[in-house]
Amino acid sequence: MKKQEEILKVEHLIKSYENGKPVLNDLSFSLNKGEVVVIVGPSGCGKSTFLRCLNMLEPIDSGKIIFKDQPISRSEKNAHEIRQKIGMVFQSYELFPHKTIMGNIMMAPLKVQKRNKKEVEQAEQQLLERVGLLDKKDAYPRQLSGGQKQRVAIVRALIMNPEILLLDEITAALDPEMVREVLQVVLELAREGMTMVIVTHEMEFAKAVADRVLFLDQGVVVEESRPAEFFNHPETERAQQFLNTFHYDAIE
Amino acid sequence: MQDSGIQVLFQGTNFLRLLEGLLISLRIAVVSMGLSMVLGILLGMVMTSNNKVIRFLCRIYLEIVRIMPQLVLLFLVYFGAAKHIGMNLSGEMAAVIVFTFWGTAEMGDLVRSALISIPAHQYESGFGLGMTKLQVSCYIIIPQTVRRLLPSLINLLTRMIKTTSLVVLIGVVEVVKVGKQIIDASRYTTPTAALWVYGAIFILYFLICYPFSRISAVLEKKLKD
Repeated sequence: MKKQEEILKVEHLIKSYENGKPVLNDLSFSLNKGEVVVIVGPSGCGKSTFLRCLNMLEPIDSGKIIFKDQPISRSEKNAHEIRQKIGMVFQSYELFPHKTIMGNIMMAPLKVQKRNKKEVEQAEQQLLERVGLLDKKDAYPRQLSGGQKQRVAIVRALIMNPEILLLDEITAALDPEMVREVLQVVLELAREGMTMVIVTHEMEFAKAVADRVLFLDQGVVVEESRPAEFFNHPETERAQQFLNTFHYDAIE
Repeated sequence: MQDSGIQVLFQGTNFLRLLEGLLISLRIAVVSMGLSMVLGILLGMVMTSNNKVIRFLCRIYLEIVRIMPQLVLLFLVYFGAAKHIGMNLSGEMAAVIVFTFWGTAEMGDLVRSALISIPAHQYESGFGLGMTKLQVSCYIIIPQTVRRLLPSLINLLTRMIKTTSLVVLIGVVEVVKVGKQIIDASRYTTPTAALWVYGAIFILYFLICYPFSRISAVLEKKLKD
């Protein structure tokens, strides 16, 4: 077990969209430094919304989000400073189409963190090398495959030196053979002790990467346990049902 | 070849006068376009507002401009201002007002559609990187909007240059009017002058508008993402 330093805490989070029905219903959660938490659940259960709330991209109705003992909120003036420490990667990559790969990656460290250009360039080279895309640094996003774009998006988030990384179904839009190249990068990050909250539909990956699994349904945490327990012996019936949908019985 | 009409173009200062006329056409178009761009960008941002009343008013403005022929607007401003407000606008001034009124609406609509065509995730992606609203606008949204806007903007400019030929009707002496004067003056000496003069004007318009429409086509191809 890694050292237990609580980095992010959510207390009684309630969030609803306009129609009034809560998407997240009194959700509490805590994340330790170096921990990888995977959130699974049927679609529409609020996984992505939850992740977006952590990054203050979504306004919340009530509850508290505490980052390193400090309550955070999107209406606070320092929201953008906190967000620098909570990186996020989206399902649809969302690279900036008008910038090269290098431009995409270096924009935030240079403009937001006002870091030294040489230092950022070096960091960028290292990161791109690691994900095997150094030769693409002058290409434009449209010239890259989905898997490559997603790896660039990960680098773009990493170069900010975030303390937490939120991954929102980062392989959902990818062809099956590209899923692996992206998840490999995430696995390595986990191995290095990166704190991550991951929403995914890749159960095998979840099993491999997670320290803890959160099963969400209808806006509440139905089950929370270690991956070995969750995937082999889910406690609740709802989770069993959910996991069964990933198995197919052969036609006799 | 005494009666070849082409000579009419080069008699005296005729050609120079045509060019001066063209300059006035261009001046009206460029000044109106410049004003339209500034006002249109503001209008476009207003048009993306969440306020329904504001959006409705913008819509009405846009519809009025689209439904009313520019000629009617020109008459309305030029003669209307003189008769009802007692303002004696010069023809060129009236033309600039009308073209700006028209261009602002068109430009505003272009800016609006360019702005809403940027996916919400692009904003979020910027916010996710810890950018402020201002930084997201400056580094992510505006550069992309401008790219999407450029081709249609140039298209609007060429349309405006061509439409300036209407201002003849409110007494502005621009290229078409100068042409008419030349034709009238040489009606008896060179009966075929009309063909040559209008031909020359056609080529002048072409020379100005063609490069723009090429640029717009090239940009459109190049900026496709």
